[in-house]
Parts: sequence; structure tokens; C-alpha cells
Amino acid sequence: MNGKLKRLRIGLGCAAVLVAGILAASCANGARQKTASGATGTQVKIDNFTFAPNALTIPVGTTVQWVNRDDIPHTVVSDDKSTIKSKALDTDDNFSYTFTKAGTYSYFCSIHPKMTGKVVVQ
Amino acid sequence: MSDKKKDEILYDHNHDGIDRRGFLKCMAWAGTGTFCVIKGGVLNSYGLSRIAEMDPADMKGELSFAQISDSHMGFNKPANTDVVGTLKAAVDKINALKMQPEFLLHTGDISHLSKPEEFDTVDQILKGATTKNVFYVPGEHDAIGDDGKQYLERYGKGTKGAGWYSFDKKGVHFVGLVNVMNLKAGGLGDLGKEQLEWMEEDLKRLTASTPVVVFAHIPLWSVYPEWGWGTDDSAQALGYLKRFGSVTVLNGHIHQTMQKVEGNVTFHTATSTAFPQPAPGKADSPGPMKVPAEQLRGLLGITDVNYVRGQHALAIVDSSLV
Repeated sequence: MNGKLKRLRIGLGCAAVLVAGILAASCANGARQKTASGATGTQVKIDNFTFAPNALTIPVGTTVQWVNRDDIPHTVVSDDKSTIKSKALDTDDNFSYTFTKAGTYSYFCSIHPKMTGKVVVQ
Repeated sequence: MSDKKKDEILYDHNHDGIDRRGFLKCMAWAGTGTFCVIKGGVLNSYGLSRIAEMDPADMKGELSFAQISDSHMGFNKPANTDVVGTLKAAVDKINALKMQPEFLLHTGDISHLSKPEEFDTVDQILKGATTKNVFYVPGEHDAIGDDGKQYLERYGKGTKGAGWYSFDKKGVHFVGLVNVMNLKAGGLGDLGKEQLEWMEEDLKRLTASTPVVVFAHIPLWSVYPEWGWGTDDSAQALGYLKRFGSVTVLNGHIHQTMQKVEGNVTFHTATSTAFPQPAPGKADSPGPMKVPAEQLRGLLGITDVNYVRGQHALAIVDSSLV
């Protein structure tokens, strides 16, 4: 990698950290919001091969929406590979799942299994 | 060493007597122009590209084949908006080789999203190759949503299990492995018990002097587990290969050239024909690496492998698309 490209990448890295900071701040303000239908919704962003927020705690009945912001497709699949199973989410695609039962749901990206996340439903 | 041979990576498995620890490790990075040379006849690793300048007499052998990988047909993001064009360029490059390969190996991620039309497009482009003989193994992008059912229907004829198989060419035994199915949360690539049992049985009948080439999508050595660049149960597979005098392991998945020699085993990863990925740990994630347009084709390419009988040596030549 030449010096110029490296500097560019470092620059992008800083931008990513900044974006992550803003995301974290917005999550802290409460990522849950009322959707148009009145149901309570929460969003998980898929960015840089991570689920953010990585762990969520939500009440029963909450619909969680995952949005892929990466340039590469990801999936949202529960560890048992049956409870939650999205199709491949290409860039900006989203997937929603409504959690109707209390419990802990661990999930991962079946294409990049190092990517894991968790939803605790109370 | 003459300039024209600088693209060659040659490991002479017959040569011995050098302290291998910490020494026989070599990484050849695509496109950076850096290369690693270990003198003394054991491993000569050179830079990339300019394959056309090489003297075919230097490359003459019993068998040669070309590896292509990670065509990711369907990918259309800024890192490369023309994966059709770059795959065609790879085929042109292969067709232009002075010594024509007997067959092609595609080490997976044929498609980007496992869509039928993506596979169709790759099939169509590869029909333009002079050699019509193509061997495949699947990448994780070829098994999205259907656990590899479509892949097996298209490419799995005569294979076992999830698509693994072996064949012999001119005294060289080739083993195609599948390590992208049934991946577990938090895990790496996976071969699984059934495939490992098959592999052990498949290799049993061979004499230790048989050169073996193993190919699979995800690296069978631990390149960078933090990014999923490795295979959980590869140690068992490599154990079955220990008794052989010459083993070459060819992988894709990481979209860059990397080479390592361990005992009698040479590990080699190929570049993608679609888009480059960052060096391990050099970015926030292994996502597609955006490079200036004029640099892109220098980071994509093909691998040409040449086997010389009697020397138990495989010359591996990486070539960029420019």
C-alpha cells in the first residue's frame, strides 16, 4: 500500500470512528422509536462487519429492523438457524423481526460467522 | 536471477537442511511490488505481473493449470463496478499464456448473491476460455439462502457431500474441499466430520511420493482468524497430508496473494478477479478495498501453476490483470 493510499485509509478510519461516535450517541438517546403503525421499533445497523448495537434489550412485542450499510451482503440468522433467518441483505437492504416471546436470541451473519449479536427480550 | 523470472514462486520440496522456523514464511502482496526472496534453493518468491515477459521454456513442465477466484459476479459497488469486464480480462490473460493451462480451478465466490443469473454470467464468460475444463469449489457467497443446493445442482455432478471431490492429472492428485457450509456463529470455515473422513480415505491409497494439490475457498491455514480468514478443523485435514513429499494448498476468499511454506506444504492464496480486500488488520473490516481506478486491475488477477515431474516442485505464478 503506498503512502498516499494509507493516509487516505487512515482518514476514512477516523471518519468511521466519528460516525460510530454519533451512532453511539443516538443510541444513548434511545434508539427505540414509534413507527407509523404505532408498534415500537428498534434498529440495528450493520456496518464494517459489525452489528450495532451489538446487544439489545427490548420488551416483548418489539420489532427490530436490521439495515445493511456495508458494501458487502450480510444475513441475520439465529444461532439455531431457524428462529430468525433473513435473506441476503445487500447494501441498504433491511430485514425486520418481531420478538413475541421473552428470551435471549443470539444471532450471526451466516456469510461472515465472526459477526455475532444478541437480542434480550424481556 | 534474471528479471523475466521475477514473477515466479517456486518451492523445491526436495531441498532441505535449512532452519525453517521463522524463515520459511513468505507473503507476497499483490500489487504492492514488494516480494520476498529466500535463497538457497528452498523457496523463491517473486513479485507479480509481467507474465508475458517470461520465457515459456523456463516454465515448461508436465502439467499446468490456472486458478481464478472470487469473481463475485453481481457485485457493483465503487470498489469495482465492472466485475464482468475484469473476469473477461482474467480469461483473456489466461488465453494469452504461452503455455496453455490444461484446466482452470475456480476457488469459489463465483457469484456475489447466489443468484441464478450471476452463475449464468460466469459460465458464459468462462466459455470464452481456450480450455473448457473448469473445476470448482464453492465460496460462502455461492450458498446464500439455500445451503448450497443451487451450487450442487450446477457444479456438483459426481461430487460427494456438499460438493467435495478428487481427481488425478498426470500423476498429480487434486482434492477439492468445501469449507463454507454449515458455518457456526462465531466460527471460521468448516470442513466437518463427514468430509474429513472422506478425505482420509481418499488419500490412503496414494503413495507418499504423489504430489497433492488441495484447493478450497477459505484458507486452510490461519491467515487472520479475527476476520474469519481460516478454517476451524483444517489441522485435521493437514494432518492427513503430512506424509506426502509435496503438498500445495490453493485458496481464495481473502482477495490478495499470500504464501506460506510449512514443512512440505506450500500454502497459497489467489487474488480476486472482482475487488481487492485489505491486508489482515490493516482496515476496520475486511470489506471491499476502494483503490484509484488506475490501480484496480493491478490488484486483481489469476494464478498459473506449473508442475514439473521428477522435481516435485510446483511453480506458482501470480499475474495481475494489467
